Amino acid sequence: MDIRVQEAAFDLGAEANAFAARQRGMGAIVTFTGIVRDLDDTALRHMQIEHYPGMTEKALAKIAEDAAGRWALGDILILHRHGRLAPEDAIMMVATASRHRRDAFEAATFLMDFLKSRAPFWKKEETAESADWVAAKADDEAALKDWE
Amino acid sequence: MMIDVLYFAWVRERIGLPRETVQTDAETVQDLVDELRRREERYDVAFSDISALRVAVDQELCDFDTPLKGVREVAFFPPMTGG
Repeated sequence: MDIRVQEAAFDLGAEANAFAARQRGMGAIVTFTGIVRDLDDTALRHMQIEHYPGMTEKALAKIAEDAAGRWALGDILILHRHGRLAPEDAIMMVATASRHRRDAFEAATFLMDFLKSRAPFWKKEETAESADWVAAKADDEAALKDWE
Repeated sequence: MMIDVLYFAWVRERIGLPRETVQTDAETVQDLVDELRRREERYDVAFSDISALRVAVDQELCDFDTPLKGVREVAFFPPMTGG
């Protein structure tokens, strides 16, 4: 299990390859990457990501352990950035490895659903005119109920 | 007792500081909130709608009726937006 919270940018290809190289006997690797996207109406200048050092790492470890308890996984990677990001920057990634694809796919979805609403990160979108905290979506909270 | 109180995102901005140490006899998180609200208007405004806030006690998400006995750290913040 590899959990990292960092300000620095990461190389998606290098991380995916390093994760794959660590596995033995795993038939499936799923990766998901979150990217800073432009807003619908205005140009986004930056996305600021704040987090709660200490709690963040614990919350991510708990989410990863829950996933490991639910699916037959060889390994899990969670990497999440904080600080000031620009449009098109990668914010975070998860990777899961399993013998068969279903476990890796479902576990990756589970990790993302819980990471959205249970890991202490907050996003702020800065445009030329304003800076606004991103509001949590009811859909994201509802998605957690599907896993009960 | 002394408790470290932390604020994140817009709660931090409204209150105007990221953390402070509070001397309190509050029995629960809700009591602590009530105590802070009586202090100054900026606290009163930040905590005016508790349903818009989440709380972590010693870095675990909790409810507002959580007891504070033996607790070292309480954090207030809006619903999280990771990923």
